[in-house]
Amino acid sequence: MALPAAAGQSLMMATTTSTANTGLLDELIVPEFQKETGIEIKFIAVGTGKALKMAENCDVDVVLVHAPAAEQVYVNSGVLMDRTQLMYNDFVIIGPDSDPAGIKGMKVVDAMKTIAGKNAFFASRGDNSGTNKKEISLWKAAGLAVPDKADYYVQTGQGMIATITVAEEKGAYTMTDRGTYIKYAHNHDGNPALKILVEGDEVLFNQYSALAVNPAKCPDVQYDLAKKFIAWMASPATQKKIGEFKLLGKVLFTPNAGK
Amino acid sequence: MDYLLHGFFQAFQLLVQGDPETYSAVTATVLVSSMSICASLTLGIPLGFFLGINDFRGKKILRTLLDTLLSFPTVVIGLLVYAFLSKRGPLGDLGLLFTLPGVALGQTLLGLPIIIAMTATAVESLDKRLRPTLITLGATPGQMLSATLLEARYSLMLAAMAAYGRIVSEVGISMMVGGNIKWHTRTITTAIALETGKGEFAVGIALGIVLMIVALAVNIGVAALKKRAT
Repeated sequence: MALPAAAGQSLMMATTTSTANTGLLDELIVPEFQKETGIEIKFIAVGTGKALKMAENCDVDVVLVHAPAAEQVYVNSGVLMDRTQLMYNDFVIIGPDSDPAGIKGMKVVDAMKTIAGKNAFFASRGDNSGTNKKEISLWKAAGLAVPDKADYYVQTGQGMIATITVAEEKGAYTMTDRGTYIKYAHNHDGNPALKILVEGDEVLFNQYSALAVNPAKCPDVQYDLAKKFIAWMASPATQKKIGEFKLLGKVLFTPNAGK
Repeated sequence: MDYLLHGFFQAFQLLVQGDPETYSAVTATVLVSSMSICASLTLGIPLGFFLGINDFRGKKILRTLLDTLLSFPTVVIGLLVYAFLSKRGPLGDLGLLFTLPGVALGQTLLGLPIIIAMTATAVESLDKRLRPTLITLGATPGQMLSATLLEARYSLMLAAMAAYGRIVSEVGISMMVGGNIKWHTRTITTAIALETGKGEFAVGIALGIVLMIVALAVNIGVAALKKRAT
């Protein structure tokens, strides 16, 4: 089992923690893809930032990530190609039920300003992941500097669920993707301590895309398999299954390939 | 608190019901740590032996360096090995990144200083009369080596146990070099990191218990060997 599978049989993918932690890959994508094509997916769940770096180092064949601006940088530099958008969910700002800063129902920009103005605890992943990049862009959109050294700004350097747990312990606000939030709620039998306070703003849209590593940059890369995987992900049958993948009766990712 | 109890309960469930994911992680752990400890012993004992019996200039400095390596952080080893094994790195062509042998390479770097240092100390602390006695008895160099090793066998076993303990419980190298790939390079420690990341604390605790059971089994095995050797 330590030996690599026969050539053409296994695809190396770097992806974000949200697709792995929610069970989407283990429970749906990996087994279905193997059943239909015989190709095994070996995935490494890291933040989007690291996933893109792994692609740059030629260590993976394909990436499944969610940071369109960062993806574009790698496409421009020729590391990645065939960017295909596959599905989306959205980000939400969650916090204690008591809502100490009073941000419930606000626009995102106002909520960020209020949190900073009242020095309310805010937990950030601080790990350069897609979610972290999004959160940083929200501070900027609110016309604020990222409160890097502020006492109320807690940077965990960990994955999303671990960061939500830190936020829960500290009574802090945090920003998460909805899929991971549903998973967190599921872990707490549908009654989590942190509630969704801000949602629905269009800046909170969260697009997931797959990109193949460019064989011109990385000669050993399995470009054919990567292309096959991306096409399979975008196919109507797979898209339908992604849309039916639920936890607590809630859809985690909404398919939108070709739209 | 009940996730602790829940974890205990789940540990036995996972083991008794033969959960394939758990057993895959157990197999990976045993496989990779066995490779690492074998490589560490094969390389480390002769080097430690050499260091223990010989006196040479700069020996003190070498020992200090070695003792520093005893506290080499596993994440730093992970980082170094990753950099070397990456396709962009000097050893990228070996294709060892994200494989168990790759992880074993890193873990060997972790175990090696422990084996070398403890072997050297063991050899140094043997009865000083052993060597002259063996010479007067007309022992060949080979016989001297085996006799000395035999005298030091308990200390060597202790060195092996100490190294194994560090190797089997290490997460930094396994995570960075192995990539925590399900069915392939997911070990018990990286599985614990993953489950905790998912908020599945009970499963994490269960796997922790499984790891302790594996360590216990190895210890009992070594104790049995020791008993037979006396």
